[in-house]
Amino acid sequence: MTTATTAEGSQAAHHGPAPGLSRWLFTTNHKDIGTLYLVFSLSLFMVGGVMALLIRAELFQPGLQLVQPEFFNQMTTMHGLIMVFGAVMPAFVGLANWQVPLMIGAPDMALPRLNNWSFWILPFAFALMISTLFMEGGAPNFGWTFYAPLSTTYAPPSVTYFIFAVHMMGISSIMGAINIIATILNMRAPGMTLMKMPLFVWNWLITAFLLIAVMPVLAGVVTMMLLDVHFGTSFFNAAGGGDPVLFQHIFWFFGHPEVYIMILPAFGIISQIIPTFARKRVFGYASMVYATAAIAVLSFIVWAHHMFTVGLPLVGELFFMFTTMLIAVPTGVKIFNWVATLFRGSMTFETPMLFALAFVVLFTIGGFSGLMLAIAPADFQYHDTYFVVAHFHYVLVPGAIFSIIAATYYWLPKWTGRMYNETMGKVHFWLSFIGVNLTFFPMHFIGLAGMPRRIPDYALQFADFNMVASLGAFLFGFSQLLLIYNIVRCVRDGRGAPARPWDGAEGLEWELPSPAPYHTHQTPPRVD
Amino acid sequence: MKPVHGGLLFLAAGASPPLLAAWEVNLPIGVTAISRSVHDLHMLIFWVCVAIGVVLFGIMGWALVRHRKSKGFKPHKFHEHPGLEVLWTLIPAAILVFMAIPSAATLIEMYDRDEGDLTVRITGYQWKWRYTYLDEEIDFFSNLSTPQNQINNLTEKGDNYLLEVDRPLVIPAGKKVRFLLTANDVIHSWWVPALAVKKDAIPGFINEAWTRVDEPGIYRGQCTELCGRLHGFMPVVVEVKPEAEYQQWVAATRAEAEAAKSAAQAKDWTLAELMARGETVYQQSCSACHQAGGEGVPNVFPALKGSAVVTGPIAEHIEVVAFGKTNTAMQAFADQLGAVDLAAVITYERNAWGNDSGDRVTPAQINQALGKE
Ligand code: HEC
Ligand SMILES: [Cu+2]
Repeated sequence: MTTATTAEGSQAAHHGPAPGLSRWLFTTNHKDIGTLYLVFSLSLFMVGGVMALLIRAELFQPGLQLVQPEFFNQMTTMHGLIMVFGAVMPAFVGLANWQVPLMIGAPDMALPRLNNWSFWILPFAFALMISTLFMEGGAPNFGWTFYAPLSTTYAPPSVTYFIFAVHMMGISSIMGAINIIATILNMRAPGMTLMKMPLFVWNWLITAFLLIAVMPVLAGVVTMMLLDVHFGTSFFNAAGGGDPVLFQHIFWFFGHPEVYIMILPAFGIISQIIPTFARKRVFGYASMVYATAAIAVLSFIVWAHHMFTVGLPLVGELFFMFTTMLIAVPTGVKIFNWVATLFRGSMTFETPMLFALAFVVLFTIGGFSGLMLAIAPADFQYHDTYFVVAHFHYVLVPGAIFSIIAATYYWLPKWTGRMYNETMGKVHFWLSFIGVNLTFFPMHFIGLAGMPRRIPDYALQFADFNMVASLGAFLFGFSQLLLIYNIVRCVRDGRGAPARPWDGAEGLEWELPSPAPYHTHQTPPRVD
Repeated sequence: MKPVHGGLLFLAAGASPPLLAAWEVNLPIGVTAISRSVHDLHMLIFWVCVAIGVVLFGIMGWALVRHRKSKGFKPHKFHEHPGLEVLWTLIPAAILVFMAIPSAATLIEMYDRDEGDLTVRITGYQWKWRYTYLDEEIDFFSNLSTPQNQINNLTEKGDNYLLEVDRPLVIPAGKKVRFLLTANDVIHSWWVPALAVKKDAIPGFINEAWTRVDEPGIYRGQCTELCGRLHGFMPVVVEVKPEAEYQQWVAATRAEAEAAKSAAQAKDWTLAELMARGETVYQQSCSACHQAGGEGVPNVFPALKGSAVVTGPIAEHIEVVAFGKTNTAMQAFADQLGAVDLAAVITYERNAWGNDSGDRVTPAQINQALGKE
């Protein structure tokens, strides 16, 4: 085939994207795959968001008005699973795909075919999972934490599909993580030593190790469930000599590092954006790296703080309380370093910077409630109430999701070669900021006042703040349409972007033209 | 003066009476020594966070206002400072040690394993609590008592909407009450905020907790571990009575149980009476799963309408309802319902929804099947 083509034609065949749909199906190009991940994540963010709005609509007032309890439980479960595995994680992988090669001066990911495969598993996994909503007996209804035996002996038949969907997502994540590690360790431009890597790359490297360590644990626990459900074992069935608490230990051994999998890349993004718009080098680069590493290591020895009420022995409670409190130290270091970076910088407030600043403030608030939850005796009061819901939404929405939005605005000019609409971006920011706080701040109050999580109906004293939270949720949800609109307009007819749209930006990606050509860093740049 | 004020607020907001408590933002102090020390810890850590927040956000706010490009501020060059970095590693660590000590002390108190004056076993069922007084021969179930019509917005909601039960747990004031928690099916969690007791009830495990309440009163809480369809509808109500009243309650409860048993057994029940009673029992104990019309939920809860078991031999039917099916949501009702209620509900199932078998199952038949002749 190549022999017959002209020099120009072969140039196109080798260096441009394939035509039509096959470009996306068979692509091994890190930029295409990054785009696929990001579009997929944005779509599932909308699906999960619609579920969240259904939940908030039902909780707008006491009484059952829109949905029945069984459907409500399916919504809380699917909302959680979709947001964690379908929105946040793929978004970070998409950002890694686009940015890691650009930032370390590599021509592509180390394992391009694996890369294609790790993306294309995901749509099938989620099709399988979402299809359970239409099955007899309904979708999984046991919460995204799927505690046994509610998720085994007492589960609807769709649990089998859920298990296979989780297996597929796990395979996808593990392959993605291997690829990222291989790329970062082997393909850095000459001169880029580990301690010269951009912090986004550092944080992703550590995250990828966490993924490889814990995704197999998740696969293990769902396999044990499968055996319990279909093959007569009793891992988690007390009547057969099993142990329901064992499930929780295994789940949270995966689940706690998973929490950091969803926040460490966010730390990396914020550590890129803040120096750019403060026009000042990041403060304490080395301590940033060590803090991330420390968080990752500690994340393996704190899991049972999710289980303070299961009846752990006293020494267990004390151990997990102390280790959990300890995690606040490296996390604090990161926050202080960001503030020190801002201090005596020369700041401007473009949309990515606004989201990054909101991240610092609101993530810190989520960190504070986390510190409160670490105090085991107090956790007896907070556990499984809306206080916890407030806490993890503060670290996940204005935390992880704001960082993803900030990254999108920040690198969009590089990806598309065009600028987004700055005014619309700012409006999007302010609406999101107000919406997020209206939604999640009152949840602290209703939690402290005693409202359990995962209930479709509640006592009257919780009514007022629930109403506020629901209004906030609709505001936040609908503001995201502005983001989509802004992206579409940017891609289609945005103003042309220069190679370095942000005057304070540093790093290899900004040395490239905008949009970044289909193939970049064919000859490695030199870093000194 | 006061009621008018409350009434005005009530009118102004157009909401229901508990409005005054509605904008509550903090953890209640509670009524036990433990709940008070938990509240102190909560406030302590809260103020620690506020203090850190004020300093941190203060510095950040200062920078955001002063160090702007638009004000012509030129960026400084510093980008590390080992002393500072060590400092803000050590100070938080010191604060944490300071927090850890009182936390550990309260925790140790909560884990006190001394014998109590009274022990109650609490068993979680889908979706009710069972209270068994180990020394008193008292054993009963506690169900949500909020009418379905209130939940479906057909009638106005009462003050204790979703936080009321048919039979509360009754305990004496000033005594140390020990709870042994377990569950029959899935994991539940028993929580009463005012007592600061929250402990998971786990099948196959026995967890321990305790309380000592000095103040008589009624304290409300809920199940806090997702336990299936009606997780939001299994409240906990604890009534704390002065010692003398508590003793009266114990005597009365025992006498009542005896009387009900003999009265029901002495009576000769007609089909119509059994059907009427059976419908009530069915709606209360079975309809959550099998649905009001016996149609069930496909693939999850079998339909009883036209079911082979329900229209088949009586003995097998009694067997299923009385002893349940292990490893399914179908629990054993022999412990929950007396012979009369069992007879009534089984009769009802066999005749309702077009099952029309005409069978009458009597309490005597039930007792025979249970081997309680
Ligand atoms: C928590 C949910 C739940 C409640 C409450 C419940 N059941 Fe069931 N019931 C089930 C399930 C699940 C099964 C199916 C068990 C199996 O897999 O064989 C079942 C099965 C049955 C069967 C056998 C039906 C058949 O065709 O196999 C009968 C009869 C029955 N239940 C009667 C009752 C009665 C009477 C009550 C109330 C006193 C009741 N159930 C309350 C969940 C429940
Ligand atoms: Cu429960």
